[in-house]
Amino acid sequence: MSKTTLRAFMPRQDLISFVVLAVVIFIVMPLCTDIFRLNLIGKYLTYAFVAVGLVLCWGYGGILSLGQGVFFGLGGYCMAMFLKLEASTPEATKIQSTPGIPDFMDWNQLTELPWFWEPFHSLPFTLVAVLVVPTIFAYIIGVAMFKRRVGGVYFAIITQAVASILTILIIGQQGYTGGVNGITDLRTLLGWDIRTDSAKYVLYFVNGILLFACLLFAQFVRKSKLGRILLAMREREDRVRFSGYDVSNFKTFVFCMGAAFSAIGGAMFTLQVGFMSPSFVGIVPSIELVIFCAVGGRMSIIGAVYGTLLINWAKTTFSESFPELWLFAMGALFIGVVMAFPSGLAGLYQTHAKPWVDKALSKLLSQRESTNSNSPVTAD
Amino acid sequence: MFSEYTTAELVSIFAMQGFAGLILFSVFVLMALGLAIIFGQMGVINMAHGEFMILGAYVTYLISNLFSEYMPALFSIYFFIAMIAAFFTAGALGAFVEWAMIRHLYKRPLDTLLATWGLSLIMQQLYRTVFGAREVGVSLPDWLMGSIPMTDTIDIPINGLFVMGLTIVISISVYLLMFKSRWGGQVRAVVQNRPMAGAVGINTEKSDRMTFALGCAIAGVAGSAFTMIGSTGPTAGQLYIVDTFLVVVFGGAQSLLGTIASAFTISQAQSTMEFFLSGSMAKVLTLLVVVGILMLRPQGLFALKIRH
Repeated sequence: MSKTTLRAFMPRQDLISFVVLAVVIFIVMPLCTDIFRLNLIGKYLTYAFVAVGLVLCWGYGGILSLGQGVFFGLGGYCMAMFLKLEASTPEATKIQSTPGIPDFMDWNQLTELPWFWEPFHSLPFTLVAVLVVPTIFAYIIGVAMFKRRVGGVYFAIITQAVASILTILIIGQQGYTGGVNGITDLRTLLGWDIRTDSAKYVLYFVNGILLFACLLFAQFVRKSKLGRILLAMREREDRVRFSGYDVSNFKTFVFCMGAAFSAIGGAMFTLQVGFMSPSFVGIVPSIELVIFCAVGGRMSIIGAVYGTLLINWAKTTFSESFPELWLFAMGALFIGVVMAFPSGLAGLYQTHAKPWVDKALSKLLSQRESTNSNSPVTAD
Repeated sequence: MFSEYTTAELVSIFAMQGFAGLILFSVFVLMALGLAIIFGQMGVINMAHGEFMILGAYVTYLISNLFSEYMPALFSIYFFIAMIAAFFTAGALGAFVEWAMIRHLYKRPLDTLLATWGLSLIMQQLYRTVFGAREVGVSLPDWLMGSIPMTDTIDIPINGLFVMGLTIVISISVYLLMFKSRWGGQVRAVVQNRPMAGAVGINTEKSDRMTFALGCAIAGVAGSAFTMIGSTGPTAGQLYIVDTFLVVVFGGAQSLLGTIASAFTISQAQSTMEFFLSGSMAKVLTLLVVVGILMLRPQGLFALKIRH
């Protein structure tokens, strides 16, 4: 990639915010917190995957999905099924009436492993499934909806219904899914104990790296022609269609991408937290994920990460001491962000902090350039 | 699956499940009518609609306690007063919410969804703080209890009949109000072409406020009726909101008749299947079919043929 295309892909402002976020995630957080808190932050960061996907779907594409929890959950469940099978060796489950199957199946009088659990004995299959299952699911929904020009409010309501269907299904089919409790008691990944402190450190960093991979991909989409088409579509969909673009393909692509991001987040959630349950699939968590994105700023992928961290941190500290006040605060936050700060934290930064930062930066840069010009010029 | 029942048993199963479905249908219609007015006519997604319904239920609960405490002689008619009170309380709150929040968001329909979701969280927590987290029930006057025996195996509960009658009365009043009255004409004019409606002298702001308030008020009455067949808890509204939205969308957002027809289809399908499958699978199947049909017919069953 030549220097100019690199600059087009990552302008200086964006580069700085990427670097700052990297410093926060990879250096500041691990140094300032103990492993318990760090694990908690890792958990929050898995939601950030979803929020970043939502920035592109909702902020750029103008399609609000209220079912992102579905994809988060599907990714998480795929991972959890693999880990659960690994934890249910015949030796570990020998007190059951049928050893070798997950404990909740035994409690629900299942005597053999259901067929769709079988392939999850293999890690490569699981890793592929984590990405592919939610993406195919999103593709089906996307094609069905966008080809028929269903958008906006109707799309939101239907994705919400999908989230509600999947939750009822998971809770209802206890023998296959673990019901309300979900899939719990996960121990090892290929024999590597994921509950130890060192494993938690490793998983935190893996999670961070994956998040950055997603962020870079999102940045690429934003800055490419695709990003501009998405924006144009959000403003005037019919005009983009009249210009000869197949609008539905772009929408389906960005929706599938959001689903894939969410699924990676879900899988990392399962690994770091050690269980997966329907409480991350339904309507309520899905809408909360949207508010993480809204608080961060619906047009800013980096803002979405900060928004997610901030809200979850506030939720944890607040709800420990004032569980009642927290719901009031959360409600007020929804209303406040929508009415007063539609562009969220990123918008606040743009209007209030950015001029100040710009000034400081240009001062710094001009100083450096002046020192550079004093140094002997080398031919390049 | 039918072989283990006799014909007579099957008939009564279908009759009883059908009747249970009719009660569910009435609640759906009452909730969906309010939503259809707000969403279909104004394009506002009111996620707090369930909480307005619960508000009506709590008002009914308060008034029933008030009557049994201070006016036991009039207890048999408290329900009518409670319904009127629920109508006006929910309506007044609706008007306030429209003034404080919704009117600033008419150009951003998706944002009304988030803002009203926030409102619903606040209302839920408010109910929990005031009334406690436990579900509360309302004691019914004597004449509403009991049932009418039709045959040996079929009993028709009176409170169910009452709810159904109420639904019919309210549906007809809403129809008359929206399609036969001067005010309804103004509302529909505002919806179709706001600047033009304003230009011919309709106060569009007032019309919006009244429309929103009316939708909420009907939700309040729905909640009041709901207390007769179930108990009320702080989060009960959330259980119904997705179903209600599906009912409205399935029927075609701008058609009141469509709303009623789709409420009927969904509730009957669900309650008939519930007997043969587990409740959750019946619900999953119903929702799946509805979503599937919506993918084929995104505008709903009864779409108005207008240009956008």
